[in-house]
Amino acid sequence: MTAESGTKSPTERMRATLRRRYAAERRFQAYGIVAIVVALSMLVTLFVTIIGNGAGAFVQHTARLDISVYPQDIDPGREADLDALARANYQSLVNDALYSMFPEATSRQDRRAVRDLISPGAKFVIRDMVMDDPSLIGQRVSVRVPLSSQYDQVLKGNVDPAVDFRVMRESSTEIPWSLPEGERLISDTQAGYLQQLIRQGEVEGSFNRWFFTNGDSRQPELAGIWGAAVGSMFTLMVTLLLSFPIGVSAAIYLEEFAPKNRLTDIIEVNINNLAAVPSIVFGLLGLAVFLQFFGLPRSAPLVGGLVLTLMTLPTIIIASRAALKSVPPSIREAALGVGASKLQCIVHHVLPLAMPGMLTGTIIGMAQALGETAPLLMIGMVAFVVDVPGSPLDPSTVLPVQIYLWADSPERAFTERTSAAIMCLLGFLILMNAVAVLLRKRFERRW
Amino acid sequence: MNTLLVIATILVLALIGFVLGRRRIIRQAEGVYSRLHSLPTYHGHFVALWCAVPALVLLAVWVPLEPKLAMSAALSHFQDDIGIAANLESIKTSTLALLLQVPKDATTIELDALRSDQLDLLRTEIRNMADGTASTGHAAFMEEVASVYAGFRDISTILMVAACVAVAGLGAGVAYSRVRPEMRARNRVETAVRWFMILCSTVAILTTLGIVLSLLFESMRFFARVPITEFLFGLHWSPQMAIRADQVGSTGGFGAVPLFAGTMLISAIAMCVAVPVGLLSAIYMAEYADSRVRAVIKPCLEVLAGIPTVVYGFFAALTVAPLFRQWGESIGLDVSSESALAAGMVMGIMIIPFVSSLSDDVITAVPQAMREGSYGLGATRSETIRRVVLPAALPGIVGGVLLAVSRAIGETMIVVMAAGLAANLTVNPLQAVTTVTVQIVTLLVGDQEFDSPKTLAAFALGLVLFVMTLLLNIIALHVVRKYREQYE
Amino acid sequence: MTYQQPHTEASVSYPETTAGSPLVAGGVKVAARDANVHYADKHAIKDVTLDIAPHEVTAFIGPSGCGKSTFLRCLNRMNDTIDICRVTGDIRLDGEDIYDRKVDVVQLRARVGMVFQKPNPFPKSIYENVAYGPRIHGLVSHKDELDAVVHGSLERAGLLNEVQDRLESPGTGLSGGQQQRLCIARAIAVSPEVILMDEPCSALDPIATAKIEELIDELRQNYTIVIVTHSMQQAARVSQRTAFFHLGNLVEMGDTETIFTNPEHKLTQGYITGRFG
Repeated sequence: MTAESGTKSPTERMRATLRRRYAAERRFQAYGIVAIVVALSMLVTLFVTIIGNGAGAFVQHTARLDISVYPQDIDPGREADLDALARANYQSLVNDALYSMFPEATSRQDRRAVRDLISPGAKFVIRDMVMDDPSLIGQRVSVRVPLSSQYDQVLKGNVDPAVDFRVMRESSTEIPWSLPEGERLISDTQAGYLQQLIRQGEVEGSFNRWFFTNGDSRQPELAGIWGAAVGSMFTLMVTLLLSFPIGVSAAIYLEEFAPKNRLTDIIEVNINNLAAVPSIVFGLLGLAVFLQFFGLPRSAPLVGGLVLTLMTLPTIIIASRAALKSVPPSIREAALGVGASKLQCIVHHVLPLAMPGMLTGTIIGMAQALGETAPLLMIGMVAFVVDVPGSPLDPSTVLPVQIYLWADSPERAFTERTSAAIMCLLGFLILMNAVAVLLRKRFERRW
Repeated sequence: MNTLLVIATILVLALIGFVLGRRRIIRQAEGVYSRLHSLPTYHGHFVALWCAVPALVLLAVWVPLEPKLAMSAALSHFQDDIGIAANLESIKTSTLALLLQVPKDATTIELDALRSDQLDLLRTEIRNMADGTASTGHAAFMEEVASVYAGFRDISTILMVAACVAVAGLGAGVAYSRVRPEMRARNRVETAVRWFMILCSTVAILTTLGIVLSLLFESMRFFARVPITEFLFGLHWSPQMAIRADQVGSTGGFGAVPLFAGTMLISAIAMCVAVPVGLLSAIYMAEYADSRVRAVIKPCLEVLAGIPTVVYGFFAALTVAPLFRQWGESIGLDVSSESALAAGMVMGIMIIPFVSSLSDDVITAVPQAMREGSYGLGATRSETIRRVVLPAALPGIVGGVLLAVSRAIGETMIVVMAAGLAANLTVNPLQAVTTVTVQIVTLLVGDQEFDSPKTLAAFALGLVLFVMTLLLNIIALHVVRKYREQYE
Repeated sequence: MTYQQPHTEASVSYPETTAGSPLVAGGVKVAARDANVHYADKHAIKDVTLDIAPHEVTAFIGPSGCGKSTFLRCLNRMNDTIDICRVTGDIRLDGEDIYDRKVDVVQLRARVGMVFQKPNPFPKSIYENVAYGPRIHGLVSHKDELDAVVHGSLERAGLLNEVQDRLESPGTGLSGGQQQRLCIARAIAVSPEVILMDEPCSALDPIATAKIEELIDELRQNYTIVIVTHSMQQAARVSQRTAFFHLGNLVEMGDTETIFTNPEHKLTQGYITGRFG
């Protein structure tokens, strides 16, 4: 029996609206799919851009120079004193080798153009080689040194898309420019020398080891991430050494010992709010308290580690408390039942069971700390640091800040290195998160 | 380095104390452990704690105090002997005279009369000379002062080592003599551990306190120079303070309204991207997607959340901003290369996973009975979602969005890299605007004297930022908690 | 006429039937033939065959986990919302196979309404709760009409007098019994032909229960009602026919009076005399 209303029966009325309702249903579902596709395509675009820009940085074009290591230039006393060797004038060795390759370049201008082919860092390559093996002095050695970044960029096809080094090497023809001279960083004369170098078969694109072993540099072809990576390592070490014990202890106290009163309530609310305080505010805290009040050194990983400790503590405490909460009370009762003290019960029984969860939280906190930039800018970790730091008190920078610094440089070669540094940073982060996920999967327990 | 060595020494002493204490109680037990109140290990820990803790506390007090004391000794030497003509002359002929602005005919230098930044300079000079890394010309008198500083420091270091070792030994000795079978070593050790844990839990409170106090303190100093009303309501922001008083624009402008407006504009753009995309994808995942699709897509979205913000900043500056500029040009619009739109959009992408995971939580928290009630009446899925699930989840979603807004306001790197520096007061998303966080970074990065209005302004901005985000968080957490209680 | 669900193949005793040939006199509203339900690997409903007569209250009884609620949810395809659930067999409403591809589940549920175990009013006003169904189905074209439907439904659910002056207050603010009657009003508002009730009184106190039972008896005039209950007294009070389920099998179905006074099956007898369940 259907209740009649009006002239049409409900069934009829319903049928009339049904098509519209199903269209709305499909539309709504489509919105959801579009939203997900948008989000994922952003992710893909981001990765494609970064990889597309950065992959080139792992290759560096080098030229082979035949260097005569004249003793009069670098070791006149022939005593192979390391200090003297470190300060010697290697640039003249490089220049001599170059001039002998281009005997026709005699004017100041031409010689300068020839010198520009090779990175100003070539001398360091020679220096390190000689210092490793002083017996090379007086001999003639064949060394691969990096090309200057603008030539490197040309050969990578980043300046003029028509230029492809692999094709050029095979045919050894003219450089197939598609751009007019004014728009391509290097003049026709310079291009002539480059082509000559290529014809002699001395240029080769190879794995860019300097990127992984050097500190920062004003010359893109010499700039590497090792300095920043070591800085990050020191910073993270300080963060881990402080935040893990403090975070876990705080979590144990709050979860297992603390009486339920106003104070612990305040602490709890406080921790939740602290987790959402903008990171830059922690930087201001570090500047005012650690640098100004305690007078700790600027730009030091120690201070960076302290600031990041305060920042990651809420994450670690919250994760650790959740891990402790998931341990069933029966375990505690069992331990207390055989006469263990509360602390013994926690250390011997609860903690081992909660440890995987705590470690997962800690790794996630560390991953956050590794990617953090803003607070470190505040405490002066933006300095231009060439040397690889040797201790947590040396001035240094960290990977994300290095990325920030390089991103500011307009050269194409730095853009390339920025992207490559991002790839390394993301690599570390993915590794850390994978470990966290694995840990969670491996030790996940259902009670 | 010295400090590390002292710490190592103390720890070694503590280890020895542990071994000795343990051995003593084992000897006293004569093989019958049941006579002991506590296991031998606890007696060992007891001795070790008494050895290490007082010494480490002493060290922690001494280390920050030492350079301060040394400096005050050096400065008082400076003040005492500056009257001697030769000393004064040596200062006048060094570059220090310029920096301290010593007049040619001065007969003395009054330290109390120096500006605080000049005093800082003098201190740095003394420190650097003592470390052998002086930068300015060597004034003979300054070397004398520096040697006072260095001498004081050296003596203090020797004293510190001696004092720490003595305290460690004393503590260990006292504890060692009290090791008895009936001593409740376990309880004492546990009390110590508990106090350590309490100390750790107060770190969070101390951090908040530190943030509030340092921001307040520095802001007060700022507001002493720039009226708070000008800061909060002024429309002109140009914090370039002139070096000399007679330069043009020496007063600077500290009206922060353009910064607040810029922050709001960029955050609003970010929310326009993040809320629809995040919310709709959360709805699709919670209500439509089957578990296999969810298992793939959810981690992918979480990857977005794990990408460091500096990477987003680079992406915005390198890819998105030029792209928008190009598009703008092709349709005849003038788009700034640092447009608020680019920064806001990339920030929105960053916040998508944040919105979607929070919304996912609240949507799945809506009881299944609600959905069944609606399905039972013949509603389609989308009708159920739009008319029943979303209204029910609304408070939770609002809370999540508020948290996301607070995140957007506090976000730094994206705007530092992709938004402008010029404080334009505009609502046009195609123009460049600047934000609170950008200004904090620009004001503080680089070498600045610490108490110029410029650096202090950064703290005032920091205070505003902190208060705004805190309020948003408190409201959001409250709303979300109320929402959860409703369904528990 | 009673039906007996056999435990062994050999004891099949009900007549061979095909869909459409009625097992009860006086018309069939809902007919099930060899209905089976699987939850992943679990066989929850086994070969259930029964008919439900119009304008009667049919009660499903049985121990918990016997599948009576699962079967009830098959009748308006509520099980579709559960991914792992699979329904086979033949269930017809007015002779039309409701699991046919052509049948629209939205329309089906409008014809076969449902009231749940726990009152689940939407977190909206009382008025909006009742107006929800007519609105989404487009049953009314203007406000007056909607008002009329809402008032009529509330009246039939016996709730109008209690809530007349606070229609705009939230439905979740009502007492448990009122909430359940609100849910019934909500179901009536779309003019269903069949109302399924899944233990509608299990969360209510005795007085509220009595009111609902009274209401069910009145509603029988206009609707076909199927009620799942764990209370045998309730089944005896409100229903004309009763089906007894056990372990996914329909053990026995017949006039309520017969089932309670003279059950054919030993299991039924054991259950109604309280020996298990």
